[in-house]
This record gives sequence, C-alpha cells and structure tokens, in this order.
Amino acid sequence: MAMTDFRWRSRVTAMVAALAASLFSPAAWAWEPTRTVEFIVPAGTGGGADQMARMIQGIVAKHGLMKQTMVVVNKAGGAGGEGFLDIKNAKGNPHKLVITLSNLFTTPLATGIPFSWKDMTPVSMMALDEFVLWVNAETPFKSAQEFVAAVKASPDGKFKLGGTGSKQEDQIITVAMQRAIGKKMTYIPYKGGGEVAVQLVGKHIDATVNNPIEAVAQWRAGALRPLCVFDGKPLPIKDKIAGDMSWADIPTCKSQGLDIEYLMLRGIFMPAGVPKDAVDYYVQLMQKVRATPEWAQLMHDGAFNPTFMAGGEYAKWVENEEKRHRELMKEAGFLAN
Amino acid sequence: MEGISDLLHGFSVVLSWTNFFYMLVGIILGVIIGVLPGLGGANGVAILLPLTFSMPPTSAIILLSCIYWGALFGGAITSILFNIPGEPWSVATTFDGHPMAQKGQAGEALTAAFTSSFIGALFAVIVITLAAPLVASFALQFGPAEKFSVFFLAFCSFVGMGKEPPAKTIAAMMLGFALAAVGTDTVTGSLRLTFGSTELLGGFDFLIAVIGLFGIGEILLTMEEGLSFRGKAAAINPTVVWQTWKGLPRYWLTMLRSCLIGCWMGITPAGATPASFMSYGIAKRSSKDGGKFGTGEIEGVIAPETAAHAAGTSALLPMLALGVPGSPTAAVLLGGLLIWGLQPGPLLFVEQKDFVWGLIASMYLGNIVGLAVVLTMVPVFAAILRVPFGIIAPIILVICAIGAYTVHNNSFDVIMMLVFGVVGYFFKKCNYPLAPLVLAIVLGDKAEEAFRQSLLISGGSVSVFWSSGLVGTIMALGLVALFWPAVSNLLGRLFRQRSPA
Amino acid sequence: MSNTPQASGTPGPRQRTVEACVALFVLALGTITIIGSLQAGIGWGEEGPKSGFFPFWVGLIVVLASVVNFVRAVAISPRRLFAEWSQLAEVRKIVVPMAIYVSAVPWLGIYLSSALLIAGFMRWLGRYGWPLTLCISLSLPVLTYVTFERWFLVPLPKGPIEDWLGL
Repeated sequence: MAMTDFRWRSRVTAMVAALAASLFSPAAWAWEPTRTVEFIVPAGTGGGADQMARMIQGIVAKHGLMKQTMVVVNKAGGAGGEGFLDIKNAKGNPHKLVITLSNLFTTPLATGIPFSWKDMTPVSMMALDEFVLWVNAETPFKSAQEFVAAVKASPDGKFKLGGTGSKQEDQIITVAMQRAIGKKMTYIPYKGGGEVAVQLVGKHIDATVNNPIEAVAQWRAGALRPLCVFDGKPLPIKDKIAGDMSWADIPTCKSQGLDIEYLMLRGIFMPAGVPKDAVDYYVQLMQKVRATPEWAQLMHDGAFNPTFMAGGEYAKWVENEEKRHRELMKEAGFLAN
Repeated sequence: MEGISDLLHGFSVVLSWTNFFYMLVGIILGVIIGVLPGLGGANGVAILLPLTFSMPPTSAIILLSCIYWGALFGGAITSILFNIPGEPWSVATTFDGHPMAQKGQAGEALTAAFTSSFIGALFAVIVITLAAPLVASFALQFGPAEKFSVFFLAFCSFVGMGKEPPAKTIAAMMLGFALAAVGTDTVTGSLRLTFGSTELLGGFDFLIAVIGLFGIGEILLTMEEGLSFRGKAAAINPTVVWQTWKGLPRYWLTMLRSCLIGCWMGITPAGATPASFMSYGIAKRSSKDGGKFGTGEIEGVIAPETAAHAAGTSALLPMLALGVPGSPTAAVLLGGLLIWGLQPGPLLFVEQKDFVWGLIASMYLGNIVGLAVVLTMVPVFAAILRVPFGIIAPIILVICAIGAYTVHNNSFDVIMMLVFGVVGYFFKKCNYPLAPLVLAIVLGDKAEEAFRQSLLISGGSVSVFWSSGLVGTIMALGLVALFWPAVSNLLGRLFRQRSPA
Repeated sequence: MSNTPQASGTPGPRQRTVEACVALFVLALGTITIIGSLQAGIGWGEEGPKSGFFPFWVGLIVVLASVVNFVRAVAISPRRLFAEWSQLAEVRKIVVPMAIYVSAVPWLGIYLSSALLIAGFMRWLGRYGWPLTLCISLSLPVLTYVTFERWFLVPLPKGPIEDWLGL
C-alpha cells in the first residue's frame, strides 16, 4: 500500500512537473543544450529560409530564451543537399537544427542526392509561406481570369514566368498552371526571390509566383499587381497595402478558375536518434519564439500562414507533403532518372 | 537641391556620440573580418545582425554598414602582405600589391590601397546622393541578356593581356570555367561533374581556389627559395602615408576611370570582384607603364582597389531602391531591413527618409572614419612582415585553412585548398597565368547562367545578344576591349608609317 | 611531391619533364570535364544549351591547349632545371606536414591540429625554443576559438579534445 501510494505520488509529481515544464521555463532536470546549437540553413545567405533562421536566432538571443548560443550556418551546396546530408550524418546529435524549405522534398527527387525527411526528426512547423501570382502593374490584366485567357490565346511558350531556382516550388506551380491552362509557358530560373520581382518590374518576364514578402515592396510602389493567391482561402491580413487593396482582397486562384493550391513549409528538423527530451525542448523553444512580438510582426509583414504543428501531427503532415511532391514532380517530369 | 538638404538632415540624424561609437566598432570589426580570408563581409554582417535587434534601425544599419566598409578596407591588407586575398575583390590587389611588399614598399602599397578605396567609395556615395532614382531605373533595364553582356565586357577587358604563352593562358582560363561548372547547375537544377561525390555538391568556391593558388602557392615558392620572405622587410616609417599621398594625384585619371567602372559594375549589378579585375585590366592597357604591371606598380594597386570599393558601395543602391542585393553582403543587409520592418524598394526613399539619408550620411562618415583608422594602422601592418618566416608561415597556413573551412563550413574544402596550393606552385613555376583562371571561376557560373536565361527568354535565339540597343552596345564594347591590343597595334603602325611621310 | 633525389647525378628535375607532366595533368582534368559533360548532356535543346554544353566545349579546349603545351614542353632545352633537389626538399618540408594537417582536421578538429602544426613547424623548421613554440602554438588556437566561436559565432571543426572539454 505504501508502495502504491509512493508510486501514485511520484506519478502526480511527475505530471505536475511536466505541466510546469510545459508552461514555464524548463525545469532543472529537463534536457537542455550543453553547447552551442548549430542552426543549419540549406540555402544561401539572404533568402527566405536564411532570413527566418536568423530571425529565430535573433529572437532567441534578444529574449534570452536559451542559455547556450545559437549559430546559423549556411550549407547551400547541391540545392541544399549539403545541409540536409550534414543533418543526416549527425545522427544522435541534439545540438543541430535545420530549417527547411520545399527543397527538403524537391532536392532528393530532382538530383538524386540521398536523403529524405525520414533521416531526420521533425521538430515543429513554424509557418507556411504563401504564393501569389504577380504581373507587372502596367499590363492590362486585372484578374487571373484575364491573364489565363491571354495565355490561352497566345502560342506555346510565349508567356515567360520567372521564379526562384529550378525544379523547386516556383517551377512546380508553373507546371501546375500549364496543366490547368493547357498551354506551355517558359520558366526562367533566377537565384533569389527579390531578383525575380525586379525582373518582373523591368518587364523581362511576364509573371511570377513570388512569396508575398519578396514582392510586397514593389506592390506598394505600384509596380506590380497581385492576381490571385495559391491557397484554399484568402489571406487574413486586412491592412491596406497598395491603394485600397489589402492581402485579404486578393482572390484565391481556385475562385479564378486556376485550381492550384501550394504552400511552402517553413519547419524545423533535427538529426535522427536524438532523445525525446531534446525534441520537446526545441518544440517549447519554438513556441516561445512564436509568442514574441517580433515573430508576429514577421508573420504579418510577410503575410505568412502562421500554422503551428509538432510531434505526430507534424510528421504526418510532412509525410503527406512528400507524397504530394513526389506526384507533382513526377507529373512535371522533374525526377532524376 | 532637395538631395542636399535631405543629406544635411541625414547628417543631423547620424551625428551622435553613440552612432560615432558604433561606427568605430563597426569599422574595426570589419577590418578584422576583411583580414581573415573566408570570413567575408557577408558573414560578419549576418552574424551580427541578430545582435542589432535591440538597437534603433538607424544605429544598427550604421554599425552593419561600417562593418561592410571595414571589410572592404581590410581585404587589401593580407593581399599585399602575404599574397592572400582576404576578400574576393582584393585578388586583383595582389597582382601588384604583393610585389610592392616584396620590394619593401608594403607601407606605400597599403596607403595607396586604403586611399583609393576611400576615393572609390566617396565617388559612389556622391553618385548615390545625386542620382539615386535615375540609377535605380537604369538598373531595372538589366535582364539576363544585359547581365551577360556586362560579364562579357568585364572578361574581355581583362583577358589577352599576359606575357605568358597563349596556349597556357587559354588552358588556365578554360580550367577555371570547368571548375566553375562543377556542382548544381542553376538553370536545370541538376548536378553535373560531381561524379556522385557528395563533397563536390557545392562546387569549387572561388575563395578556396584563390587562398590555395595564391596564398599557399606563395608560401611554397618562398620555401623553395629558402626560409625567408623574398623581400626585405620595410623599415617602419611613420611618414609613409604622407609620402605616398604626394605621389597619388598623378594617377587621377586611373582613379576616375576606376570609379566609373566600379559604379557601373556595382549598379548593373555584376559586383566588386569583376569590377576590380576589369579596372586592373584597363589600367594595364592604358597606362604608359603597362608593361611593368605585375612587378609592383602602385597604379596596379590603385585601379582595382578604387573600382572594388566604388562597386561595393554602389551595390547598396539597387538593394535600397529595388530590393535587389548587388552583393552577398547587401543581401544580408536586405534581410536586416526586412527584420526591422523596413521594406526596401521604391518607397523606402519616400517613407523612410530619416533612415535612408541617415544611411547615406553614414556612408560618408563611415568611410572617413574608416580611412583614418586604417591609415593609422599602416606602420603596424607593415611591421608584421618583420616577424620571422618560421613563426608567421605556420600561422598563415592555419589562417588559410580556417578561411577555407569557413567559406562553406566544409572540411573537404581545406583539403582542396592544399591541392590548389600545390597546383598553384607548379603553375607558377611553369608560367601558367593564375589570374585568368580565378576570373573564370568568378564569372563562369554567373555568365553561363545569364547566357542560358537569355536563351530561355528568347526561345533559343542567340540574336538576343544584339537585339536591343543596350545589350548590343555593351557587347560591342566587349569586342573592342577584346581586340583592343590588336587594334591599337594596327593603329600605331599606321600612325608610324604616316608620320615620317 | 613525388620528386625524390635520384642517383642519376642531375641536380634537379628538368623543366621540360615537369612542364610535360603539368600539361598532362591539365589534359586529364580536361578529359574528366568532357566525360562529366557527356553524362550531363551536351546538346543544344530547343530552349538553349543543356547543362553539359558549356563544360564540354570548355573541356575540349583545355584538352587541345594542353596538347599544344605538351608539345612545347617537350621542345624545352633539357638543360633547363625546374628546381634543385635541395630546393624541392624545402618545399616538401611544408607540403608533407600540410597534407597531414588537412587530413587530420576532420578527425582531430582544427584547434588541436593547428596547435600541432604550428608547434612542429616552429620547433623543427624554425628551430625555436620550446617556451616560444608552446606559447604561440597554444595561444593561436585559443585566440581563434574566442574570435570565431564566441565573437562571430562561426563553428569550426572540433575533435575529441573539444568534446571532452564540452566546448
């Protein structure tokens, strides 16, 4: 009886402690990093993933969310393959994190570099990045329908669509659009989203599928016009951006007859074989990051979809997404060999 | 004259003791970053970016942009002293800067490098102050075809200048292009020339090649000739700055030309590294003493440094006005602007006047402060050459290795650096020119990318490279530059034939 | 560095031998480039060149130029020396430790390897006393650690020692 009592009490204590740990700062016995945490960015400096990683690093440092320092390391080689291989090879190391973009799925498929999300431990989804169809504001297209009609009426390959990288998210959307419209478009790959937006302003290309944060400055300046957003529902942000328009006023592409939905994962992973306590620690850390005003501001400025997921739910989401990418890439003929 | 009053307002925003303090800190940090190869301005800015969150944006951007200026200044130091370019854009500075140091003129070379950097930057800032909107709309005209033509021009104005046998020059240059092609092909997103090796995914970085070919190669050559630096160490001379300054005005034309080249390359945006090569190439061709370039001509230090700094500075303009970074460092600064909630782009100049003009004012002040800081250090830097070879050589080797590692955080690169070093030693001894090789590594990838993007746009028609006025003009200039030696030779002969008649 | 002193009595390798070897080395690189390009596809598709197009031609030019260089190298007077054996021995003194150093970095970490390299170099090549040798070889890694890891937050490769120290 005394034994059961003791067990029962210890279980209650453990539950209370776990609750406390999840609500407040990690208690003394929970796992904590004992050395510098490397935050790998599988892309170059200055891109969307890099910015988000450095933002997280900055928030962690500014609010003192972690006792150890966090350093951002760019490993961009092989369309990010270098960074993912590094995580794959760091099995059991709880002091490494990686931020992903869609190249988590596309790079192994397009290049054959051997890694997959299954070689890593999913930590949490930080946000989903939206995609918007943009045209130069001087073009006559006022809606996606007009744009689609113009593409349909012109010969194959006449419309040029610029995007970031090759066989990655932007080109996947382009191929999906071609499928929906039934006309070929020419896809021009560039190095970065900002460059793509400016190429559109300079009329070197006809349309882009830039992320909101990449093109918003040109929109506000009246140089670009958003036609539709590749999401199931309109964006929630109602602040006026350009003239009377807000992000919320951009119709979904589906409502415009382009039945395409695509959102890009901005999520955190760590190496396989790490203790569960460590994963929980980082999940909590990321939740704290998300609670800061700086994060809210970033989500607002970039019109991100601030969905949060962790644990089994997140893993499941990633698994589905990988399947979807495999199909999309296969349809587009982007698979290596 | 709205610009001037805005600028004065900018000065009033910037001029505070705290900002001045940040400026000093930034410059010193930047010089350190510039000196350490591999740790580029982009790293420095990126790493410190998160630390600046708690500052007001104007102070933060002053700190960060001063790191940038410091790095621009600092890159020249190791180039001149040890033939190791601390930054990509100071490769061309080694061509004459290091021979000067070997002749015992390290102080002169450093002074010339710093001063011309300053002049280049100042020129670019004035351009930004007076012509920002105009320049921004000019930059908008640059699509892939235009960019390719700029790379073509940069390349043409540099090649075909060496005394080395043509077949060796061609072999070295093409080898550079081949090395640049290794890794991910940006246009198709597939891998090439990696032969299944995961180490080669990232390709060969320019900096690794340069640290190996120039830095390690130089140490090997030094070893071959006995355990000492080939030049005698200069006597420490505190007045070296003044003495060098007296001689500089003679080169005003070279400086002006290099300023223009630098601004042009910074805005288009091809970047500081091609600008420095192009400027060196043109200075060599147009100078009376062109034949002596490469043996320690001060003009060969002035030309690339002026252009590199002008390009580095003017590269910030497209970043601010269009949101397109003209250099990796500018890309990181751009990220910083976004984090602070400032949207770079056409409206930044209208909505964030304080910020923009504060930044421009800080460009003036930061460069003046930077020049003062580095010039006072010249005798100290020159004194490093007095450290015995047995101590400094292993330290240089270690710094090179760390530099090679930090470029991509990859141990394999350290091994490649040594391979490049041994190759550099043999190439140098066998009279293969290294400069075309490294220029090809810098330009190869970007030029090919621009070329193929242009063809995608034109639907495969090569005529895109002479279809519009702008492209056609730049391409024609490139051809003129390529054949200039032959043309000038011909003209010279015609002229000589006529004059006696 | 395969040049070892030979009993042939020559004071060093001939320029023409070395130049011919360099030409062949470059030729080999060119050939590798061509092979890699063929794998990637060298055609000119309807939307411009494929990814192997440029490397293929570049590789071909490298090969052709190397053939010219080889022929010219063979024509160099046999009397010209590349360097004397004693000079090459000096070069080897740095290449061999460097080779050991760069291959040790992934295993020992950069700090320990660097300390060993500097110490070895100063002690056996520079013939400095132990106090100065130890002082410099230990202080540089520490300084590097502080600058890179603490100040600029750039992680460098670490080995067992750093693991043990918990850095």
